[in-house]
Amino acid sequence: MKESIPKIGVYVCHCGSNISGKVNVSEVVEYATGLPNVESAQEYKFMCSDPGQQLIISDVKEKGLNRVVVASCSPRMHEKTFRLATQTAGLNPYYFQMACIREHDSWVTENPEKATLKAKDLVRGAVARVAHHEPLTPRVVDINPNVLVIGGGIAGMQAALDIADAGKKVFLVEREPTIGGNMSKFDKTFPTLDCAACISTPKLVAVGQHKNIELMTYSELIDLKGFVGNFTATIKKKARYVDASKCTGCGICSEKCPSKKILSEFDHQLTYRTAIYTPFPQAVPNTRVIDKEHCLYFKKGKCKACEKFCEADAIDFNQKDEIIDVEIGSVIIATGFKTFDPTPLTQYGFGRFKEVYTSIQFERVNNATGPTSGEITTKDGRKPESVAIIHCVGSRDQNHNKYCSRVCCMYSMKFAHLVKEKTGAEVYEFYIDIRSPGKGYEEFYNRLQEEGTHFIRGKVSEVTDIVDDPSDQGKLTVVAEDTLARKVRRIPVDMVVLSVGLEPSEGMQDIARMVGFSLDSDGWINELHPKLGPLATASDGIFIAGCCQGPKDIPDTVAQAQGAAGSALSLISREKLAIEATVSVINPNRCMGCLQCENVCVYGAISYNPALNVCEVNEALCKGCGNCASTCPNKAITVKHFNNDEIMWEMEGILSN
Amino acid sequence: MNDIKIVAFLCNWCTYTAADLAGTSRLKYEPEVRIIRLMCSSRIDPVFILKALMDGADGVLVGGCAPGDCHYSKGNYYARRKVAVAKTIAESMGINTERIRLSWIPASEGPLFAEVVNEFTEKIKELGDNPTKNEVYL
Ligand SMILES: Cc1cc2nc3c(=O)[nH]c(=O)nc-3n(C[C@H](O)[C@H](O)[C@H](O)COP(=O)(O)OP(=O)(O)OC[C@H]3O[C@@H](n4cnc5c(N)ncnc54)[C@H](O)[C@@H]3O)c2cc1C
Ligand code: FES
Repeated sequence: MKESIPKIGVYVCHCGSNISGKVNVSEVVEYATGLPNVESAQEYKFMCSDPGQQLIISDVKEKGLNRVVVASCSPRMHEKTFRLATQTAGLNPYYFQMACIREHDSWVTENPEKATLKAKDLVRGAVARVAHHEPLTPRVVDINPNVLVIGGGIAGMQAALDIADAGKKVFLVEREPTIGGNMSKFDKTFPTLDCAACISTPKLVAVGQHKNIELMTYSELIDLKGFVGNFTATIKKKARYVDASKCTGCGICSEKCPSKKILSEFDHQLTYRTAIYTPFPQAVPNTRVIDKEHCLYFKKGKCKACEKFCEADAIDFNQKDEIIDVEIGSVIIATGFKTFDPTPLTQYGFGRFKEVYTSIQFERVNNATGPTSGEITTKDGRKPESVAIIHCVGSRDQNHNKYCSRVCCMYSMKFAHLVKEKTGAEVYEFYIDIRSPGKGYEEFYNRLQEEGTHFIRGKVSEVTDIVDDPSDQGKLTVVAEDTLARKVRRIPVDMVVLSVGLEPSEGMQDIARMVGFSLDSDGWINELHPKLGPLATASDGIFIAGCCQGPKDIPDTVAQAQGAAGSALSLISREKLAIEATVSVINPNRCMGCLQCENVCVYGAISYNPALNVCEVNEALCKGCGNCASTCPNKAITVKHFNNDEIMWEMEGILSN
Repeated sequence: MNDIKIVAFLCNWCTYTAADLAGTSRLKYEPEVRIIRLMCSSRIDPVFILKALMDGADGVLVGGCAPGDCHYSKGNYYARRKVAVAKTIAESMGINTERIRLSWIPASEGPLFAEVVNEFTEKIKELGDNPTKNEVYL
């Protein structure tokens, strides 16, 4: 309830001599005493100090005041302090107003008289405003402690494990049939060259077995509703046509499947898979999937070879997509990246020459579970004598991606090392600049130079099958301008690797729209603040980790994942959440349901209630900007603490002398 | 001529912060401006502007974040339209629209804030007393 007769206390601060050096404080105090509703006006050296605050508290109690005005520094500095003092004095904390007579007055005004006049005006404004303040109480809501993680690459897995280890429930949604992401395709990782599988496979298993992680593979988020602390996520679990509770992962079905000529997505089209398959042997979960598009039974109504041979009776052709709702309090997005498709850069011959590989394909070539069981050989089985690696394909390119993809220099050098080690071939790295910032990265570059890798600074203009020397017949010629030696180089090689850049995963626009975050012009997720809020988004309770925010290596990805997990944990362990009191309210008696407010609200906080033909505010989503209030043609909307009365009275106060 | 008066409606996140910064940097600027804090420039209502001009202000400054930087994502674009409405109405009331100014001043631009205030104050002084004040009543 609003107090009917305002009794205001005004406290003017000297701030040492910061204010009193320019503003005649005593004159302001005397002036304030004569203003309407002011019961008491005092001055003090430092209002923010303990005795300063005590002055307010005892004054309020002794004189029965019910409103407080402090004229001192900027509210951005001490509004919280004085609100608390007001509350301690037994008043609603919103029965307080600050007049900024330091930053906006004593510090910026030359003339002491003008400064004193300005201070009086500002105090008058604050006194006029505070008389119209309403008592407000922040709303408190429960926080659902469950977390949804979208994307099961190294970022998503790490975040899920950290949260699950803290005893909280995690729903991990991955759209592929297995978790693992891009890292599970690699053989070695730079700069330490440790085996990717040795460090990632245990994570896959740990995620699959964790009692607090509910893994949803072959699944996608299709809707997210609610607000921080209380979201409902709708997830579509695509039908695998295999009963996960029965499948033992023995693989007899794949062996017997007659549809064998399907290009493997996991091996990036270098091998074939069957229609019932698992992406790779260590997949988690190990449950097979029937690819409906290529399955003979689904295409022609006949076959069922897998069903015949499955001893566990796990095949179920009647399985349907499932739609599941889960309740969560926060979300971590970890949707990673996809690699740039070099087909449009026809000069590199990708798709035309069989010995031109993308880097991610080359990872598979290097991998013991890949198409060549880890041997580096050409497609016709020869050991290469020379290999070219072309940097910045699609990156730092005005026609494609302008940004640097950050990891390509390093993985290119990793390839050079592996090629040398496995085949002894000559390796030519065609680069623009070598970028190796990171712990042990520059050292790795030095090591590569010592190993005899040829670094040629220059952009490749062409990869061609025309050779200069007949003895090189069958090889490819890489043509580039060597900008250090200032001459054109034509180098015959057996294999070419294109170090393609990183791009945001497919479908990010949809997720951005559903979840409510924005993407930058390249499609990466915009963080809340580039320096101080790198893991949060503009939507409360939505965090980000890994390459979905921008290209980065595994150490940075894992660091972000752990940071995002920490942020989510710190949110959900609060259990209750105070929602700002300064939100919009719509007066249903004035609202005519025109929806203009709904139209301008970027937070989706306003919805239309057709039954009453009025709009309504979801306080949990409202951030209190006030756009709707000044847009409403009927003045049916007010923003608490910034309502029309309060603003107009402050203005009139300021102007009325 | 009497002392002129300028009311400045500033968004909390950018221009108000810039005004604070001008203070902490001890930049001296013209003393006629009186600041009112809004959370976002989009809270500006054409009514506030017109009422200020009728209640004795000689100029009204609205300050918001630079395009693309609004704390609430797009509020400053709406502010621009609301200020345009205020100008149209002001014109029909015989108020010189130069008395209304909208500026984008980022939080880090204390000097720009001081500069805008000085420039605007000079302009208002040039225009002289606002003849409409205390003549029209709503
Ligand atoms: C060729 C190459 C070699 C590399 N070598 C190294 C190296 O040696 N050392 C190193 O430190 N870094 C290396 N990197 C970088 C490394 O790959 C990344 O840092 C790391 O994989 C990022 O992990 P992530 O979890 O963010 O993304 P990802 O691994 O891309 O995982 C994202 C996951 O999210 C899933 N997903 C995407 N969208 C959705 C959706 N809408 N719904 C559900 N799930 C979704 C994807 O299917 C995927 O499983 C290399 C990169 C490339 C391209
Ligand atoms: S917050 Fe500054 S203009 Fe919106």
